[in-house]
Amino acid sequence: MMAMKKILEQEPSEIEVLLPWLAAGTLNARDAKRVEEALARDPALAKQYAVIREEYTETIGLNESLGAPSAHAMAKLFAAIDAEPARAPSMSRNISARISGFFASLSPRTLAWSASLGALALLLQAGVIGAVLVKSQQPASFQTASLSMDEPITRSLGPEAPRVLVRFAPDARVADITALLDSYQAAIIEARGGMFRLQFGARAMSKDEIAALMNRLKSEKIVNLAVAAP
Amino acid sequence: MQVLYGRHHVRVFRFGIRLVRDEQVAEDLISEVFLDVWRQAGKFEGRSAVSTWLLAITRFKALSALRRRKDVELDDEAANAIEDGSDDPEVTAQKKDTSQALRKCLGALSPEHREIVDLVYYHEKSVEEVAEIVGIPENTVKTRLFYARKKLAELLKAAGVERGWP
Repeated sequence: MMAMKKILEQEPSEIEVLLPWLAAGTLNARDAKRVEEALARDPALAKQYAVIREEYTETIGLNESLGAPSAHAMAKLFAAIDAEPARAPSMSRNISARISGFFASLSPRTLAWSASLGALALLLQAGVIGAVLVKSQQPASFQTASLSMDEPITRSLGPEAPRVLVRFAPDARVADITALLDSYQAAIIEARGGMFRLQFGARAMSKDEIAALMNRLKSEKIVNLAVAAP
Repeated sequence: MQVLYGRHHVRVFRFGIRLVRDEQVAEDLISEVFLDVWRQAGKFEGRSAVSTWLLAITRFKALSALRRRKDVELDDEAANAIEDGSDDPEVTAQKKDTSQALRKCLGALSPEHREIVDLVYYHEKSVEEVAEIVGIPENTVKTRLFYARKKLAELLKAAGVERGWP
C-alpha cells in the first residue's frame, strides 16, 4: 500500500509532462493554452518551467557545438549513389512528388514564418541596396540573395561579429522583427525550423559586450530564446 | 538529393553523433542514411515531415552501430562523462558553472534519455513526431522525457549543482 502511494506521488501530472514542448514551441494551441494557464496559477510549476528553459537552452548550445560533418561524408554518399544500379524513373518522381507534398502540407505557422522570411529578405535586400547607393564610397562587402535556406543574407558583415541563435515569439510581427534587426544592426545568417542565426554588427565584441548584448536580447518581448552560437 | 542533403545533413549528423558518440561513426551514418533515402524514396509516405523520416532512419542506423560495440564500453563512457573530480581544482571550478555542468550531464544521460531530450529540445519534434521516430506510444514519450529530466537533475545534484527541482 505504502509502495503504491509512493509510486502515485512520483507520477508526473498531465500538465507538467507537457512543459518541455511549451518551451520548445511545439505544443498545439489548445494544450499551450492549458499549460500557460496552469503556469500562471502554480508557482511550483513556474519554477520547474524555468529549469526546463535552462535545459532547453543548453541542449541547443550543446548540439550547436557539435559542428558539422566533413566534405568527405558527402563525397562518399554521392560516390555510393553513382555506383547504384540505374533506377526506374518513376522512383525519383515519387520522392519529388512526395517531398513537394510535404512542403504543401506545412503547418500554417511554418508557412507564416516562410512568408515572414520572404518579406524580411525583401526588406533586407532593400536596405542593402539603399546602403550601397548612399555609402558607396565606404569599403564594405555586401551580399544579396534570393531567399534560400542555404545561402546567407548579409549586409556589411565582418567575419568575427558575434552570432546568436534566436527564436522569436510566435505572435511576433514582421515589422517588429525588422525593427529589432535594425536596432541591433543584425542580419539573418540562417533560418532553420523556428530558429534564426543572427549576426550582430560588423566587428568582434568583447566578452562583456556580448554578455550585455545577450541580456538585452533576452529582455526583448518578441524574443523567446537567445543562445550564443558559433 | 543534393538539396535534401544540404538542408538536413548537419542535423542528421548531430543527432547521430549524440547517439553513437563517435564523429567518424556519425559521418558514416550520414552516408548510410541518405543512401537509404535514395534507395527507399518510394516508401516515403508523405504523412510526416521529411526531417522526422530522416531522424527515424538515423536512429535505427545508430542503434545498429551501437549494437556492434560492447555495452561495457558504453557504460564506461557514460560513467567517465560524469566522473566526480572533487580533488581536481579545475573540475571544482567547472562545477560552479551551471551551464557547463548541465552540458556535461546532458552528455552523461543514457542513449534512450539523450535521444528524447535532443528530439524535443533541439530537433523541435512534437509528442506525435517523437512517438513516430522512437516507435513508442505518445504517453510514453511524455513520461520518458519527464524521467530523463529527473535523471538529469540527479546527475547535476551529484555534480554539486542544485536547481530547486525536483
